[in-house]
Amino acid sequence: MATARDVATDAVVSDKRKRYQAGVLKYRQMGYWDADYAPKDTDTICLFRITPQDGVDPIEAAAAVAGESSTATWTVVWTDRLTACDSYRAKAYRVEPVPNAPGQYFAWVAYDLVLFEEGSIANMTASLIGNVFSFKPLKAARLEDIRIPAAYIKTFKGPPTGLVVERERLDKFGRPLLGATTKPKLGLSGRNYGRVIYEGLKGGLDFMKDDENINSQPFMHWRDRFLYVMDAVNKASAATGEVKGSYLNVTAATMEDMYERAEFAKELGSVVIMVDLVVGWTGIQSISHWCRRHDMILHMHRAGHGTYTRQKNHGVSFRVIAKWLRLAGVDHLHAGTAVGKLEGDPLTVQGYYNVCRDSYTRQDLPRGLFFDQDWCDLRKVMPVASGGIHAGQMHQLLDLFGDDVVLQFGGGTIGHPAGIQAGAVANRVALEAMVKARNEGRDIKVEGPEILRRAAQFCTPLKQALDTWGDITFNYASTDSSDFAVTPATSA
Amino acid sequence: MMTNPTGRLTQGQFSFLPDLTDAEIALQVEYGLKRGYAWSVEYTDDPHPRNTYWEMYGMPMFDLKDAAGVLAELAECRKTFPDHYIRLMAFDSTRGVESVAMSFIVNRPKGEPGFGLARQEVNGRTLRYTVHSYATERPERERYRR
Repeated sequence: MATARDVATDAVVSDKRKRYQAGVLKYRQMGYWDADYAPKDTDTICLFRITPQDGVDPIEAAAAVAGESSTATWTVVWTDRLTACDSYRAKAYRVEPVPNAPGQYFAWVAYDLVLFEEGSIANMTASLIGNVFSFKPLKAARLEDIRIPAAYIKTFKGPPTGLVVERERLDKFGRPLLGATTKPKLGLSGRNYGRVIYEGLKGGLDFMKDDENINSQPFMHWRDRFLYVMDAVNKASAATGEVKGSYLNVTAATMEDMYERAEFAKELGSVVIMVDLVVGWTGIQSISHWCRRHDMILHMHRAGHGTYTRQKNHGVSFRVIAKWLRLAGVDHLHAGTAVGKLEGDPLTVQGYYNVCRDSYTRQDLPRGLFFDQDWCDLRKVMPVASGGIHAGQMHQLLDLFGDDVVLQFGGGTIGHPAGIQAGAVANRVALEAMVKARNEGRDIKVEGPEILRRAAQFCTPLKQALDTWGDITFNYASTDSSDFAVTPATSA
Repeated sequence: MMTNPTGRLTQGQFSFLPDLTDAEIALQVEYGLKRGYAWSVEYTDDPHPRNTYWEMYGMPMFDLKDAAGVLAELAECRKTFPDHYIRLMAFDSTRGVESVAMSFIVNRPKGEPGFGLARQEVNGRTLRYTVHSYATERPERERYRR
C-alpha cells in the first residue's frame, strides 16, 4: 500500500535519515510491526480481527492497525523526531489466520501506558476504535478482546455499588434477583404505568424497569413517571416487607437534564436509576460518579450495542464493551440470555458474564476470552438477562448464569393469563424452587422441568405460566460465536 | 396477615415456598458448609425491610463439619423465641465477596402484622415515604402476643 519511495524490503528502516525523509513508507517499515516485541505488564493489548483488502499483506495490515490507532498518519512527518516516538508507537507483534475464516486474521497489538489518559474511557476508545475502523486498506476490522493492565485499571473507580454491596443494600442473598420491564414500552400514562410497577413488585419481583426509550415523551413526562413509580415501589415494599426498586431511566438530551432527573429520583427515595448506553462514555462516567456520591445503584441498558457488536467481521465485541463499562462504572449490565429472543451463543454470553463478575478472568477461548485479566479488586457488575425469557426456562438460566444475575421477565410477567401479580408469583416460585433444588444437590439441567412441574402443583400461577409458555424457545443460529469451539444453540 | 400473594413476609431465599422441614433446612446448611460458609442464627420481632441487624443467637459458627450444630442452635432459638422471626444466614469470607451468601427465614410468628405506609406531602406533588412495622406499636417482647 505504500510505495512512493519504492522501498524493496519490508524491514524497519533504521537509518534515521532515510526513515524521516519526506514521503510514504510501509507501516511495518515505520516501526509498527515488531515480531520480537514482548508486551510489558503495563501495556494494553488489543486483539483485532482484520480482513485486509485483496492483495494487502496481513502483517502490513496489522502494522497499519497499530499505526492508525496510535501515532501514525499516512505519510512520514519530521515532527515525530521532536518526540520519543518509539514509545508512542503501538506495536503489532503477532498475526495468525482466524480458524475456518479465509481472509481473516487475528492481530495482537500492544499500547504503552502513556497513550491513554487516566480514568477516561472516551480517550481510550478514541484511539482504539477511532480512525482505524474506517481505514481503506482493511475491508473490515473488529476489536475482539482487550487486556487492560493493572496500572490503567487502578485509574478507574469502577461500579459505584457493585453486586456484593447491592445485595447488602437490598437484603437479598443466595438467589438471582428478579425483574421485569414495564410493557407496553410506549404510551402508558404515568398513572397507568405505576399500576404495572405495583403489581409486579407486590407479586414478588425485586425490580421493575423503565425501557430504554422511555424518557419524557408527550404521553408521560418524566416527573409524572417518577412520582407514580415511587408510590408503587413504596406500597409494594410495605406489602411484602422487602426492599424494592424500579430503574428510573434518567437518559436525556443533556447532562444537566440527566442530573436533574437523577436528583429527583434520589429525593423520592429510589435505590436505583438507569441510563442507556447511547449517552456515550463521558455521560456514563459522569452519572456513575454522581451515583457513587448518592448511594445509587446504576443500571445500564445496552441500547444500540447490536449495531457494532453483533457481526463477527466488523465492530467491537460486547466483551470489550463490558470491560470498558466495568471500568467506567455501572452496577447492572444487560449481557444476554442465551436462551431468550436476542442474539447470544451460550458460551460467548457466559464470557460476558465472567468479565462482569470475575475477580480474575482467565483466558478461555471457547468463551471468546483471549487474555487473562486481573480486575484488581474493582467492584463487580451484576449482569442482567432480559429479553424473551420465561419461568419454564428457570433451570437453564440458573445453570448457565448462577446466582449473581438479574433475571428479567417482562412479557413473562405482564403477559401472564391471570394478571401481573400472578406472573410475578410464577417467576418467584419457579426461581426459589430451582435454587432450593440445586442447593439440595439435584441436577437441575436434567431434572429442571420435573422440579417446575412439582412446584406448579402448589402454585397455580406457575402452572398457568408453564401451560402458556412452556414450549416457547428461540432457536436460531448465532452470528457471534467463538472461533475455537462448536457451540450449538440451546433449547429445552 | 399481609396482603401480598403469600400472605406473609417475603424476605429471604424461600418465602414463596412451603415452609422448609428441618431435613430440608439441613440440606441447605450442608450446601453452605460445602462452600465454606459460616452459619449464623438471627431473630427479631421487627422485620422492617431496612432493619439490617436482627439479634444474633450466639456467634456465627465457623469450622462446622455438618449441619447438626446449626440445627441444634436453631432448635434452642425456636424454643426461646417461638413467636419471633428467625433466619439462618451464611457468611462467605472469600476475598471480593466478604458478605452474606445465603439467608432464609425458618420461623415466623403465628400472625404476621406487616407494615403500613405513611405518606408525607411535601413540596409540589412530592411525597416522602415511611414504611412502618405494625409490630413495633407494642413494646419489645410483647409484639406478637394476642
